[in-house]
Amino acid sequence: MKGKTQINIFFENSTRTQASFELAGKRLGADVMNLGVDKSSVGKGETLIDTALTLNAMQPDILIIRHPSSGAANLLSDKVHCSVINAGDGTHEHPTQALLDALTIQRTKKTLSGLKVAICGDIKHSRVARSNIQLLGKKGNLIRLVGPRTLMPSEIEELGVEIYHDLEQGLKGVDIVMMLRLQKERMAGALIPSVREYYKTYGLTYEKLQHARKDAIVMHPGPMNRGIEIDGNLADDINHSVIQNQVEFGVATRMAVMCYLCQND
Amino acid sequence: MDIYRNAKIIDPEEDRVYNGEVAVSDGQVVEVSERRIDTPESRLVIDCKGKYLAPGIVDFGVKIGEPGERHKESFGTAGLAAARGGVTAMISRPDTSPPIDNPETLEFFTRRAKSATEIPIHPLATLTKQRLGEQMTEVSLLLDAGAVGFTDCDSFISNSKVMANCLSYCSQNNSLVIGHPQDPWLSGGTSATSGKFATLRGLAGVSPMAERIGLERDLALVEMTRSNYHADQITTREGLMAMEQSLDKGLNVSAGISIHHLTLNDLDVGDYRTFFKVKPPLRAEDDRQTAIDGLKRGVITIVCSMHTPQDEESKRIPFDKASSGAVGLETLLPALLRLYHSEDLDLPLIFKVLSFNPSKRFGLNSGRIAKGYQADFVLFDPDYPYILDRTTLASKSKNTPFDGQSLQGKVLKTVVAGRIVYSREENV
Repeated sequence: MKGKTQINIFFENSTRTQASFELAGKRLGADVMNLGVDKSSVGKGETLIDTALTLNAMQPDILIIRHPSSGAANLLSDKVHCSVINAGDGTHEHPTQALLDALTIQRTKKTLSGLKVAICGDIKHSRVARSNIQLLGKKGNLIRLVGPRTLMPSEIEELGVEIYHDLEQGLKGVDIVMMLRLQKERMAGALIPSVREYYKTYGLTYEKLQHARKDAIVMHPGPMNRGIEIDGNLADDINHSVIQNQVEFGVATRMAVMCYLCQND
Repeated sequence: MDIYRNAKIIDPEEDRVYNGEVAVSDGQVVEVSERRIDTPESRLVIDCKGKYLAPGIVDFGVKIGEPGERHKESFGTAGLAAARGGVTAMISRPDTSPPIDNPETLEFFTRRAKSATEIPIHPLATLTKQRLGEQMTEVSLLLDAGAVGFTDCDSFISNSKVMANCLSYCSQNNSLVIGHPQDPWLSGGTSATSGKFATLRGLAGVSPMAERIGLERDLALVEMTRSNYHADQITTREGLMAMEQSLDKGLNVSAGISIHHLTLNDLDVGDYRTFFKVKPPLRAEDDRQTAIDGLKRGVITIVCSMHTPQDEESKRIPFDKASSGAVGLETLLPALLRLYHSEDLDLPLIFKVLSFNPSKRFGLNSGRIAKGYQADFVLFDPDYPYILDRTTLASKSKNTPFDGQSLQGKVLKTVVAGRIVYSREENV
């Protein structure tokens, strides 16, 4: 991607995704620019569309956007001529996360179909869950969603997934345990009683993991709340956890996605 | 093995009264027969002398002063009042001070209860922290600590999203939510039911519609979240109609009523008698009649005392400033027997709404005198007449609206898990 221009616009805080995209671009030789929202004109009241038109006039080759509103990436892509990669929009989608999760599964399980996958925790606010349901569903895996009724979006069973409200039941015989971050910043309206009750009922511990298959792997898109959705020791245990692999494969996945888009220009 | 002989046994489930005998062993009923039970191992024979033996009363919504208001009632005095009233299980309210909104307080509460009284107490916990209607309590941890249901008592959760989430979360734990359906804006600051009486007395009145508005909001959320819900007191025609519609839809809902709303009306307040100030306020006679009808038709399925002890200081003040509530553990049965003597209700139905239904709703193994059930009984004489003197009540607080009134019906013995916890002196 030498000579190509990549602009990262992150309207939400992010460590791993932003760094991952930046590094991916740099490793491919692109000119990478990070647009900090707090320092940009967005802070002065510019609308998303105006920002898009301004950036478009600068002729970038690829735009990476993260935004707290669902559908923001779609809106942006309508207004610019270059490729747009959605790095997470609201509670809608996070496609590169699903791709890197797929790569991680493929590498550890040597297959990407016929697996039993439990996606656990705060499904309601999770764009990672929605993207993974699509990708892993398309590849013919059995998907279970595990979480309290208050964190389960309505009619999600229409997507062909099984719903569980009991973590131990939901983990029975699964190959993949995908934990999600409890999005404490979105908990208005009494969605869960307390962090300690959440840990007791939905926190992944060694005991609860016993219900999964012996060779089950534990994934987490990060950032983790240790002691809330996952036992800190379990998260670090390389016999089960592939969380660090996910981060590593994240860079590779994003390099591949950007390469693909630029080649097709 | 203990044998109860020569009893008129009331069976609320099969809707009949029959002469029979009951054998009890290890706290459970082992045999019920219309013939003589003969067994060589019988330890104790209790002659019921042809009086009525009914399943013990399960009283929903009992306020015990502990923690916080021990000067109004303690576990000990509440237990004594319960025993004298034929109440063999109390489902206690969490609107204490501090409220029972965390597992630590609940554990303290149950430990105190066990050491202070023989009458089992099944505690409710609050639905939200501090009963503020904002943050859900730790439902699952509270269930582990022994909570049998969740309620914010008379504090209505006005945020519908919070209520929906609470209902949803509780139903996931197979737990019952109890509502006190009153629109908080209409009922705020009122002390009587709106109408001619409130107008003449110059009391701020609440329309019966406040109950319907609160109830319909709750019932819509129950339908949305497919959860379990009990309305503590439905006291108006409007509320009853809303409840009936939801029952017709097959929702898992139920309704109760307090003894005071079944046997008294707004006119009883008379000259600002604060012992008649309850929540919701006493209703018009029409509504009382509708409620009795609702009981007969099975729309209202639980009758309770809503036992609320208040000391003299909180009642000896102007009506609008006085605290609400009345004690009722001891008077629940004799007061409800008024409707038996007036031929509105028969005895099996009375024990259906006092014992059988609340047992079933709260998952207790009592409420019927039949093999395999816990041996919780009340032996009583429905005809015994007396004038109630409130100073004789066992409750620490004596705020009963039945003071000086004629009642008919007296508890002779109360039995909890096969143990006789109260026995009336023969010659009193």
